[in-house]
Amino acid sequence: MTTDTTTQDATPDATAPRETVLDARGVTMRFGGLTAVRGVDLTVNSGEIVGLIGPNGAGKTTFFNCLTGLYIPTEGEVRYKGKVLPPKSFKVTAAGIARTFQNIRLFANMTVLENVLVGRHTRTKEGLWSALLRGPGFHRAEAASRARAMELLEFVGLAHKAEHLSRNLPYGEQRKLEIARALASEPGLLLLDEPTAGMNPQETRATEELVFAIRDMGIAVLVIEHDMRFIMNLCDRVAVLVQGEKLIEGDSATVQRDERVVAAYLGEPFEGAPGDEEAAEVEQAEAHAQAQAETEEEAAAEAQAESAETTTDAAPGKENDR
Amino acid sequence: MTTHTTAPETPSTPSTGSEPTGIVPIPAHIGRALATGGAVLTVASTFLPWTWTSDFPGDLTLYGNPGGLQLLVLIGGTLTALLGLASHGVKQLGWLVPAGGTGALTLAALGTFGTAWYTIIAITAELGGLVHLEPGAWVLAAGTLTMLTGALAQPFERPVSEPADPDDTRRDQLRHNARNKLAVVRAALASGTPAPARALPTYAEILVIIAAMAIGLTVFTYGISTPHDESELFIGFLIVVGFCFAALLKAGLVGRVSAITSKHRNITMVGAFVAAAAFPFTQSDDQYATIGVYILIFATVALGLNVVVGLAGLLDLGYVAFLGVGAYTAALVSGSPSSPLNFHVPFWASALLGALVAMIFGVLIGAPTLRLRGDYLAIVTLGFGEIFRLAVLNMDGTSGPDVTNGSNGISAIPNLNVLGFDFGQEHTFLGFTIARFANYFLLMLLITLIVVVVFRRSSDSRIGRAWIAVREDETAARAMGINGFRVKLIAFALGATLAGLAGAVQAHVTYTVTPEQYQFAHVVPPNSAFLLAAVVLGGMGTISGPLVGAALLYLIPAKLQFLGDYQLLTFGLALVLLMRFRPEGLIANRRRQLEFHENTEAPEVLSKAGV
Repeated sequence: MTTDTTTQDATPDATAPRETVLDARGVTMRFGGLTAVRGVDLTVNSGEIVGLIGPNGAGKTTFFNCLTGLYIPTEGEVRYKGKVLPPKSFKVTAAGIARTFQNIRLFANMTVLENVLVGRHTRTKEGLWSALLRGPGFHRAEAASRARAMELLEFVGLAHKAEHLSRNLPYGEQRKLEIARALASEPGLLLLDEPTAGMNPQETRATEELVFAIRDMGIAVLVIEHDMRFIMNLCDRVAVLVQGEKLIEGDSATVQRDERVVAAYLGEPFEGAPGDEEAAEVEQAEAHAQAQAETEEEAAAEAQAESAETTTDAAPGKENDR
Repeated sequence: MTTHTTAPETPSTPSTGSEPTGIVPIPAHIGRALATGGAVLTVASTFLPWTWTSDFPGDLTLYGNPGGLQLLVLIGGTLTALLGLASHGVKQLGWLVPAGGTGALTLAALGTFGTAWYTIIAITAELGGLVHLEPGAWVLAAGTLTMLTGALAQPFERPVSEPADPDDTRRDQLRHNARNKLAVVRAALASGTPAPARALPTYAEILVIIAAMAIGLTVFTYGISTPHDESELFIGFLIVVGFCFAALLKAGLVGRVSAITSKHRNITMVGAFVAAAAFPFTQSDDQYATIGVYILIFATVALGLNVVVGLAGLLDLGYVAFLGVGAYTAALVSGSPSSPLNFHVPFWASALLGALVAMIFGVLIGAPTLRLRGDYLAIVTLGFGEIFRLAVLNMDGTSGPDVTNGSNGISAIPNLNVLGFDFGQEHTFLGFTIARFANYFLLMLLITLIVVVVFRRSSDSRIGRAWIAVREDETAARAMGINGFRVKLIAFALGATLAGLAGAVQAHVTYTVTPEQYQFAHVVPPNSAFLLAAVVLGGMGTISGPLVGAALLYLIPAKLQFLGDYQLLTFGLALVLLMRFRPEGLIANRRRQLEFHENTEAPEVLSKAGV
């Protein structure tokens, strides 16, 4: 995966000085007495893939919703390429931030192609009059939209299913379609909310490749994910959100080594003897599990960065059964 | 609707073990012969008298001259005979049943049987006793019975049904058995998948379209011109048309024709327009043209509502108010003596003005209400609809400004006169005389055409996709950059504009506009409840759906006058049944149809606006 990261440096975008695409400062979101997100700062630079992780209920999706205008942050501001984002989700999309949803929200009874065409909405201007009068401009714009939509479907590998109803697609393809639909709005930043949830390992690998390809198109990506292996392979930087606050931000190795992150996922050991025993038991179990995992992986002849493996597998253990 | 939940039922591949059999246990070839023979006998019987007196509606007393219900039975019988011959494998009739299966024959036989026996029972009941039946009626009874028996003997693949759990309560066992029986009936009426269509030359396809349009015009004209006091005839008409259509649908013929029509959509539209325009010329007097023009007004407004409900998914229960706005606007500037405005503008100006004022009202009402979703929107629009009526009622000079004459309304609206063509006078074209209502029918048809074009073009565009996206999932649509409020407001205003346009013509057709014409629910369509029912009954999001729905909802109360006070009750019952058994409406949108048949391969082109 590291090779992929370096190939990106060769692309023209990356050689240019890195521009800050997303700049969230002190974003706080309160629902009544509950503070779901508290003073989170996060920047995403162009050509970067940034991961956002944290245990369930940490406020990741709420933070996403604050970024995309679905929620209006109680405090703080979000800038996209230096401009403060308007508080309406459709204006945020028009500005250049596209997103996918944690629970897939496709337009189920539209065809695959139509779904992507809906994504083109902000980049086309034809209104009702144009549709009624059907001048040459209408046909040209419609044809261009279709061509672009088909390109995107080709890109995610769904071109052959363009006329299928999106509800009939298998789960993994629905996720891909959601990404294609988001890409259709020509974003500068793509927010992916758990893009591999419910996927098998092969599909996860394919999604990884897809995200790299998107980054190589010059689109910055911010991704929420529970699958640690996916995050660590993919992301240039990872931010950890715990109970609404940002705990740490850094490259994947730093985050993995940080004890607070482990504690946030697994809880802190008790003081005293019973705690030590418990910890020892857990360690033993982990060692056993790791040994098993390693033998499996050897069988699969997959070369992995083994040193990182221990913490990666152990920390978000609950997600690994996917 | 959920045929895919029952066991696979492709007739060509018999499953292991049980031989496919029919409901009636006779060998299949004898059954087929019986069905065909019975149908021929039925056809023959329609040339014999069924009763001796002409007291029974439609003269059924003549030899060799089928009248009234006999004609209907003749048509049903002929179709059954043809389907029966096709089931024998007659090569020349293969085109009739592209989907194969036994469902078509059974349905046609059922329809013919139903009409025939309905006639026999009606004669017996009305004239008092079996003595009033002539031998022809006995031949008919025997013929239809044979035919139905034969048709029911058609073998079909029985679904594998599980026996009821003996531990269940008695009630649950009964329900389980009923479900199994229902599955068997469904399987009996099932048909196979149509064989791929042989490519026809273009001229042949156009001929097919013309034939379909001609049949449509004939059926519609027949239905509209059944006399008001002969409800037997209309009921027979409904039975025959309903079952024959279902039979052809099962046979796959309807699907094949609609594939052709969607291939040549412009030709189809022109054909439909010409067929509709031919309607007044088939009428010798103005009596049924009146019904025609009212149906057309109703259908046009329903189609306008379909933009709001079917495309954008906004439940508008006060839509008739916009028709009222258009009608009142046109009436005020029509030069009517009871209008406080003492001037007269030409029709094109009053139509545009009606549409414009309705659009302004649409925006004014839509702007505050469209921020609501779902049920709340329905309640608020219902309220605004009533506010319109009450406001108009009170603007009579005593409780408000003198604008609308209150409950008296604006009366004596003069007839239109466009370029010297007086709509109130009779005119003769090519030997055909068309009178006042026929004139208005043709004008209204033009408005309908405009609405159809607007519907089709707007639905198949960026804005139409945005409407559907907002209907499907508003949050996701907004995240895709669609300004939900804005596109909904456009849909609402467009719907209002179309209704206002129709209203401008309606004012002239009805001579008088009063507040009572524009309430939520009323016995005479159009009113908001009936408009919505027409859209839902016909099929949301389609063009032909609301047209068919409006025609049915107008004709059925008008023709079945004996229902009297029970009209609304039967209407409600019919709606409940329809929602239970065919929630997508009579003419299903391709999109909605696919929802119900998820396994079918998606077609090459998904027609967005229905047929």
